[in-house]
Amino acid sequence: MASAKKDYLNSASIQRMAKIRKIKSVFMTFLIGVLTGVAVLPLFLVFIFVIRNGLPAMNIEFFTSLPAPVGQPGGGMANALVGSLIMVAIAGLIAVPVGVLVGVLLSEYREDKFPSVVRFVVDLLISVPSIVIGLFAYALVVVPMKSFSGWAGISALSIIMFPPIVKATEEVLRLVPNSVREAGLALGLSRWRVSIYVVLKGSRSAVTTGVILALARVAGETAPLLFTAFGNRFWPTSLSQPMPSLPVQIYTYAISPFSDWHRQAWAGAFLLLMVVFIINVLARVLLTRGSGGSRT
Amino acid sequence: MNKLFASASKNLGQIIDWHLVLSSLIALLAFVIGARALAAPMINGAGATFPEPIYTKWFSEFQKKNPTIAINYQGIGSGGGIRQLIAGTVDFGASDAPMTDAETAKVSKKVLHIPTVMGAVVVSYNLKLSAPLKLSGPVIAEMFNGTITKWNDAKVVALNPGVALPDKQVIVATRSDGSGTTAIFSEYLAQVSPAWAGKAGKTVNWFRGSVGAKGNAGVAGLIQQSEGAVGYIESVYALQNKLPFAHVQNKKGKFVAPDVANISASIPAKAVGDIEKQDFKSSIVNADGDAVYPISALTWLLVNEEMPKEKGEQLVQFLNWTMSDEAQKMATDMNYAPLPKELRTKVLARMKSIKLQLQ
Amino acid sequence: MGIVVIVLFILIFMFLLTNSRPAFEAFGRGFVFGREWIPSEEVFSVLAFAFGTIVSSLLALMFALPISVGSAIFLTELCPSFLRRPLRFLIEMLAAIPSVVYGLWGIFVLAPFVRATIQPGLAAAFPYFGLFEGPPYGVGLFTAGLILAIMIIPTITSISTEVFDSIPNLYREGAKALGATEWETIKTAVLGPGMSGVVAASILGLGRAVGETMAVTMVIGNRADISPSLFSPSATMASVIANEYAEANSDLHISSLLGVGLCLLILSVAINSISRIIIWRVRRKTI
Repeated sequence: MASAKKDYLNSASIQRMAKIRKIKSVFMTFLIGVLTGVAVLPLFLVFIFVIRNGLPAMNIEFFTSLPAPVGQPGGGMANALVGSLIMVAIAGLIAVPVGVLVGVLLSEYREDKFPSVVRFVVDLLISVPSIVIGLFAYALVVVPMKSFSGWAGISALSIIMFPPIVKATEEVLRLVPNSVREAGLALGLSRWRVSIYVVLKGSRSAVTTGVILALARVAGETAPLLFTAFGNRFWPTSLSQPMPSLPVQIYTYAISPFSDWHRQAWAGAFLLLMVVFIINVLARVLLTRGSGGSRT
Repeated sequence: MNKLFASASKNLGQIIDWHLVLSSLIALLAFVIGARALAAPMINGAGATFPEPIYTKWFSEFQKKNPTIAINYQGIGSGGGIRQLIAGTVDFGASDAPMTDAETAKVSKKVLHIPTVMGAVVVSYNLKLSAPLKLSGPVIAEMFNGTITKWNDAKVVALNPGVALPDKQVIVATRSDGSGTTAIFSEYLAQVSPAWAGKAGKTVNWFRGSVGAKGNAGVAGLIQQSEGAVGYIESVYALQNKLPFAHVQNKKGKFVAPDVANISASIPAKAVGDIEKQDFKSSIVNADGDAVYPISALTWLLVNEEMPKEKGEQLVQFLNWTMSDEAQKMATDMNYAPLPKELRTKVLARMKSIKLQLQ
Repeated sequence: MGIVVIVLFILIFMFLLTNSRPAFEAFGRGFVFGREWIPSEEVFSVLAFAFGTIVSSLLALMFALPISVGSAIFLTELCPSFLRRPLRFLIEMLAAIPSVVYGLWGIFVLAPFVRATIQPGLAAAFPYFGLFEGPPYGVGLFTAGLILAIMIIPTITSISTEVFDSIPNLYREGAKALGATEWETIKTAVLGPGMSGVVAASILGLGRAVGETMAVTMVIGNRADISPSLFSPSATMASVIANEYAEANSDLHISSLLGVGLCLLILSVAINSISRIIIWRVRRKTI
């Protein structure tokens, strides 16, 4: 019986079969490796072209001057840079506190019914395309104010910004062990004080990471600004005026026929990409520090 | 190595704390509020891309003369300019097509059409040819409704003796936005081809297989990028991008290039009175005359007859300056045709009726 | 605070619903199922944009799915541990690149490449399909699909990775003990149990592609049209709003664009909800 089995295992056909299986396995694992290479290839392609076309186009003028009249070479995107910074900053001031507080609510009051409804709606909000948020901001701000404005852009950006902050905050706070909360409660602190002063404070660096990433994402938003902040050829001086922004400027310049504008669009893209990239690297560094490096 | 990295990141994390994020945000905010103190009321306008190059030039030159007056302009297409003016989101609009009756019905105040310059819509193409392409109205009309599909079509060849035309697909580039350039071009097509009758307007239902792009700039970009493409753009856009454009056959049967003189020929001196009678909203497409470039047009700035005092004064000051020889000369340098002197006098007279309200 | 979130969502929905009513009243069911979008003649309908949106997103999914699942398998099963974190970071960086930068790259790098190389190549290889016909514009459905694919790779990869990570090692060990090769182990012990998670990840990626605006607007050609060729210019719901909203000049046109926005909102919320439900069920099973 045992010898028969051995014969059967040694039979040539089984050997051949095993070989084919082995070859197939090697081939498939190789293919998986290739696919992984293909996944990161576009990243390098985008970076190479943006650096190659954008870096030489960077000059002092780009950072310091206003756009030149249409079709004339020269000028820069200084106003768009400032406009973007202002809008992202103010949107951050609005969205961060709201987002973090809602995040605390979702993580600390898990067992209640209401937060789970909120969580569901936050997920829905994340899935709303940003251009639709732009439409909403148009109705909310542009129509009553009768003017495109920085405020309209800011309201669109803050609505886009806060759901990811909620999610990030909630995920981070969930990692805090319950013993910490119990310790706080045992000291006689009220429940919300424990949530804010113990749980949130303890994981603030990880929460900050989530916030910074959300800021970086919003900095590159274009669609919702097209008909809210609109655009402006001058320095942004008032939030109730149309506001220039870097992404909208890149878009306008990219679809134009002027080669000098193309050059500046690449320069703008280079700047935007570098900012986003550096922020992302920094954020990862913070994140790995914040949670002991176990989660990548 | 890893240890080093970990300790470095630890310090970084301590430095970049939420305090820092928050304080930098607040610093920025302070900067904004500080900057507001310098703010002059800004005049906002939007609309046609056809005159955008000359307008942005004018605004920047005018600001050099009057540093307190900042006029911001966004080229979003004539349709958009009219709509924003109606909605009151801009202080002035700009359009290459006069407002329609339906649009006029929507405004409570009267809107004044102020012609600024004349321009030409050129039929620009991306082909390497030994001589400039010659086209007639009917042939252009057939290209743009998709019946002529190849560059070496007999009808095109017949107009261009001695020029080798390639066996290439004609790629038709059009505007995807509501556009005065489209209005001018389609009006011309409607005049030269029965098939186009009644189809003119700021937006046209182009045939399937044509490509759309946003703004004059977008169409020029599209032509530039695709060999065998043909599209209609304002002449400045073709000149600035060194795109070739066709010489178009006019009513007298002559093939004419869109030079300044040939655009100007569309308004002979005797026509000025009629233009004034029509409140300056006249079409000058396909005019009669030996030197006429047929696809020429006026372009207008649209302002409300009643405006708030401060902004209104500044805007009127600017409008008066646009009628000066100096401003019109700048237009000529960019291949727009200047308005005839008689017409400018009439426009200046008409502008006296603008009322400024005390706030 | 929680109330704010709920009210906000309801407001967005109600605003689109009330403001797009005129369009639905004017065209009735034809607004959703009509093929024509002719602003000059005041005829509006969603179908052409729905077509453009769905075809470009499905194309993107077709390109992205094998690449993403392959990457996820590599990350969880085959990757040497020192490489894992940098590789993950690189793939996540794809998601961090702003849409407008992809669009710029699409206009000047990808579209010319599609026009000069990919389209003539495919047209020559498959002359009898109508799929690859038409003049080589470089911009169109296919190019939009490519760009979208790049943009959704990180979404699908990260969720698939999470799913494969949560599969108990017991399965893999069992397969190995039975003499399975590396690939057979992956197939039976990872892909098999992880399948529903991969499906959820794909749907989530699809949801991202549907709402993507700028990059698509810049490379799709902006023509409201339903054409069998993958290389023809088209338009998506998001791109038509981006293109026409600031310059629409009739009330019906604006209302119709808001109607498009409403359809887009419903589509993306539906797609996302389906995928969230699947993910939620997968998580419950594995924990």
